[in-house]
Amino acid sequence: MATKGPPIIKGRKIKTNDNSNKQEVVEEENLGSIIAQLITTEGEVTGPPLSLPANVTPEQLELLINQLLNNDEHLPYAFSVDGREIAATLYKDIIQGLKRSTEDVLKIVYQPQAIFKVRAVTRCSSTLTGHSDAILSVSFSPDGTQLATGSGDSTVRIWDINTDTPHYTCSGHNSWVLCISWSPDGKSLASGSMDKTVRLWDPETGKPIGEPLKGHSQWITCLAWEPLHLNPKCNRLASSSKDGTIRIWDTKLRRVLFTISQHTAAITCIKWGGNGLLYSASRDKMIKVWDSTQGKLVRTLEGHGHWVNTMALSTDFVLRTGAIDHTGKKPKDENEAKEWALTRYKAATGNKPERLVSGSDDFTMFIWEPSESKKPIARLTGHQKLVNHASFSPNGNMFASASFDNSVKLWDGLTGRFIASLRGHVGPVYQVCWSSDSRLLISASKDSTLKIWDLKTKKIKIDLPGHLDEVYSVDWSPSGEKVASGGKDRQLKIWRN
Amino acid sequence: MPQNEYIEESIKRHGRRFDYEERKRKRLARDAHSSSAFARKVHGLRAKLHNKKRHAEKIEMKKKIKQHQEKSSKQKDAQAIPEGAIPTYLLDREGQQRAKILSNMIKQKRKEKAGKWTVPLPKVRGIAEDEMFKVIKTGKYRTKQWKRMITKATFVGDGFTRKPPKYERFIRPMALRYKKAHVTHPELKATFHLPIIGVKKNPQSPLYTQLGVMTKGSIIEVNVSELGLVTTSGKVVWGKYAQVTNNPENDGCINAVLLV
Repeated sequence: MATKGPPIIKGRKIKTNDNSNKQEVVEEENLGSIIAQLITTEGEVTGPPLSLPANVTPEQLELLINQLLNNDEHLPYAFSVDGREIAATLYKDIIQGLKRSTEDVLKIVYQPQAIFKVRAVTRCSSTLTGHSDAILSVSFSPDGTQLATGSGDSTVRIWDINTDTPHYTCSGHNSWVLCISWSPDGKSLASGSMDKTVRLWDPETGKPIGEPLKGHSQWITCLAWEPLHLNPKCNRLASSSKDGTIRIWDTKLRRVLFTISQHTAAITCIKWGGNGLLYSASRDKMIKVWDSTQGKLVRTLEGHGHWVNTMALSTDFVLRTGAIDHTGKKPKDENEAKEWALTRYKAATGNKPERLVSGSDDFTMFIWEPSESKKPIARLTGHQKLVNHASFSPNGNMFASASFDNSVKLWDGLTGRFIASLRGHVGPVYQVCWSSDSRLLISASKDSTLKIWDLKTKKIKIDLPGHLDEVYSVDWSPSGEKVASGGKDRQLKIWRN
Repeated sequence: MPQNEYIEESIKRHGRRFDYEERKRKRLARDAHSSSAFARKVHGLRAKLHNKKRHAEKIEMKKKIKQHQEKSSKQKDAQAIPEGAIPTYLLDREGQQRAKILSNMIKQKRKEKAGKWTVPLPKVRGIAEDEMFKVIKTGKYRTKQWKRMITKATFVGDGFTRKPPKYERFIRPMALRYKKAHVTHPELKATFHLPIIGVKKNPQSPLYTQLGVMTKGSIIEVNVSELGLVTTSGKVVWGKYAQVTNNPENDGCINAVLLV
């Protein structure tokens, strides 16, 4: 076996080594067989209980499950028992690793993996200068063909990523551009600024769409568009502000539809969920769930003991990319786009409600099912400093949290169980971003590096130094081939394989 | 009584004297001198009136200068974008200790180590030996001139025992000895009356350091235990350096600023 198993705790490692010396003799002979039952992540049983040889490998299991499900094409799957992934063989990882009896019926959970693979970016293909102050946000368009950055020099820049050259400079704001957000159909770009306004830009021409949207009395902290499958016209935008209000704008009529002002402190993050709910996290320690049609309060999620900094939805990736999947096909019109987006959303959620993860200044995270109840599924402790950013993997099986304690932690997306801690950064980690196949993770840190983590081995895969100062923002293009990062050194860097 | 505007009429007809401009310029140039001479000489009621007039004039002048300065100086742009943009997740976190501050602290410490005497008063006036010492003539016929009396303020420690007076080369007069100093803490902007522990360095000469002479710019060690300063490791600081900022021999007291 050339592949190595996941890292085992030291004390145990020595023990297993002792065992393996003995076992190797046994392995030559026969390890016997194990009764195993294959189940889906939802707990549904697939096929009858099977008697498998103990040293079965994931590749062999993959063949088996493809047979059982009558798949036309050979699809990749990942297998795990009680959350422990089978990396080498069933015997090594489960019987030895988890000390499971060979006489039990093992429940092997299988998870479909992305059928495409994203190659890890390895080099900086270009360093784009132009901004005259720190780059605060970087964002790829939903189809991954365009890139926009918001900067402290009060401009939004749109870059041509095919030639790695600047395309348009959108100036209009009077102060730092704090956040940018692409509409799910990719036809407009919203930017929120320190000057209390939201502006809309046409990414095709780089021209502003109309006048700024004024109304907030403090700077804009976050922007969220209505998902494509709820509104294919993409004319509703939510903006949150430091003044504690959320405003829902109609971008066509250019007016405020309604204002939500129940939070008593600055709002740090808003998310527009796929089932018509709007989530807002605030510095008053609460997360509130709103009905996005009328702005009525649905639920208040309480539990955090300090500022809530970030939220992540299990469906974030699908909502962001809308109708466009890995094949890159473009829908013909709005209705088709809506249908595609809806099927993608349904496929992503399965029959489960979407989950929300919130990270806070009290060093903990909570995982919620906000459409079901106001009780959290789990409280996740482990970070030693505040959690700055959390991000769900595109398939929703895992999420990663970036903390100021220099670590990134991985958690199970369903139960919130701790999976691994990714250590390597020497400064606070500001942002994390997943590749679209959920196999790689990139993190941006204050120590001026980006690091790519391999989720199979739970180890660092590639270190990407190059920035001259803190990296504030990173984004992996949804199509997967490029990563863009920007930071305090005013340079936009494009990384590729 | 003058009849009509005869002066203007004459100027119009014949022009001014050829040296009119010249004389005018000279008078104007001389004006400051003549007015100052007048101000010095004048007394009584006229002085009072003159002062009042001058006062009003000066206010007028200052106002005018200020107006001109405003015109020439650049106005602060209301549209200016503040420097040093930070993302939303770092906004309002300024209060937190950042690594930058830490590295600054390290830099500061290094600087302190390198230039030990980067002090409030970097330069001192040189003091010649004959100003510092007064020669005392000794001997039966007052012919011996090896004894010196120090003419500056000194600090003499508690444990000091005099040599036999006959052999004492340097006399430190009792009247110029000090045990306490007025020490200002530059950050607290408060002054404390603290006991002196010793003279760390007199920039004039190591000899003066040895003698405990305190002149302007000398570094003295003071007892700051009553200030309750604490080191980073949590211990109470006892002695700290201060630099003398006045001329103690002229003032009759020692003012110093704490080196922090």
